[in-house]
Amino acid sequence: MNKLFLIILAIGITASAHAQKYMTRTGKITFDATAPKSPEQIDAVNNEVAAILSAADGKLVFQVPVRSFKFQRDLMQQHFNENYMESDKYPKAEFKGGIEGKDAGIASTPGSHNVTVNGKLTIHGVTKDVSVPGKITVGNKKVKLEATFAVKLEDYGISIPNLVADKVGKEAKITVNSELTGK
Amino acid sequence: MRCIYTALLLLTCSFAGYGQSTDDLMSELDNATKTDKKEEVTATFKATRIINSSTVENLAAGVLDFRILHRFGRVSDGTENFFGIDNATTRIGLDYGVTKWFMVGIGHNTLGKTNDGFAKVKLLSQKVDGTPVSVSWFGGIAVLGGKAPQMPPGMEYYYTHRLAYTNQLLIARKFSKKLSLQLMPSVVHLNLIDSSKYSNTMFSMGIGGRYKVSNRVAVTAEYYYRINNADMPFSGATTYNSFSLGADIETGGHVFQLFFTNSQGITERSFINQTTDTWTDGQLHFGFNISRVFTVVRPKEFRNNAPAKSW
Repeated sequence: MNKLFLIILAIGITASAHAQKYMTRTGKITFDATAPKSPEQIDAVNNEVAAILSAADGKLVFQVPVRSFKFQRDLMQQHFNENYMESDKYPKAEFKGGIEGKDAGIASTPGSHNVTVNGKLTIHGVTKDVSVPGKITVGNKKVKLEATFAVKLEDYGISIPNLVADKVGKEAKITVNSELTGK
Repeated sequence: MRCIYTALLLLTCSFAGYGQSTDDLMSELDNATKTDKKEEVTATFKATRIINSSTVENLAAGVLDFRILHRFGRVSDGTENFFGIDNATTRIGLDYGVTKWFMVGIGHNTLGKTNDGFAKVKLLSQKVDGTPVSVSWFGGIAVLGGKAPQMPPGMEYYYTHRLAYTNQLLIARKFSKKLSLQLMPSVVHLNLIDSSKYSNTMFSMGIGGRYKVSNRVAVTAEYYYRINNADMPFSGATTYNSFSLGADIETGGHVFQLFFTNSQGITERSFINQTTDTWTDGQLHFGFNISRVFTVVRPKEFRNNAPAKSW
């Protein structure tokens, strides 16, 4: 019985040793909220996204510093932070969730996989359940996450004044394109 | 008993690898991204000018700002000058952001046919829970145009007599989302003045600010107190301290600045020290600043993408 105990202990230790985690602090997320027929582009890119993926159980978290979204026009960036996102009150947007079901451990398998990520998305202080289809590409100590999905701005308490309704759309298309490195 | 032990062991081993919840992962991210760097305070002012004076805000690098500044005549002139509209002075100019902290500008004023140029350098940035103020240095040169004035016998009029130099320190603090105030200790040096009774170098203290009354509208004000040469006349008329009161209206892409002021001049040499009108007699000038920005050099995050639609 003691031998069995030792064997199980050994298995337990090796199992925990394989809990591979991937992380980044320079992930990329872009969004586009240009209204149809708008004379001006309303888009921005953020290259300071932090994310962790736990390969064994598919758990995924993102932390997006809102002030790091860069726009082409300075005044637009100021309005984004001061009037729409209220970055003083809500400096970070977050996602907490993961790949569920039978695909949960898929990040341990090299190659390209189409997955669905479910979880809670918090923007502007409002949290909503989301389900996002995406692609995860597992390489040598690197994992690439790609996804494109849309969010309704008013779902997150972001109101667009009539003054700019012809330029800022009701939905924002969010594109995730981040590379995480194994820890 | 041993079976229970094994079961418990298996259970703990299975959690060893998969134990962390998303909350744990999020705390891990918090620790990984924690930084001692303090956050810079942004948007102390919405424009590069309060009304006449420059603010600590600079244009972003690679941005060109085409500016048209208008000051109408005295409202108190009444119907004779259509409440001032018949007698306007203008400054047209171009401002350019060279780097995030260094910008330059040139302009031409109809008043005195003055050409002016300036450089503005941001020395210090206000930080959240850190540095209490933002400080910039403003340096300008103004060249009076037009015909040479009559000189006293024995004196010649040289080109350098047309020049005036301004040095200002702009010290601003964003007190809250709504209120920002700025102090402008200023020195203006005129190479040629009317009388040796006064000093060529004039010191003054300016104070200005903005208060947001709504998301897109702010009330602005500016006042200069002259420390010396306060009794020096200009073109034979008494001079007064400059005071301006106005409103900033923001639309999607522009900031419109509208105001009343007792100074018709637009360059520092003119509005600080050569204001000959006074609020107490209703000698106000209605004025506005409009500007249009062009992105000449795209921010590096956007350079490899397809060109954006311009408008």
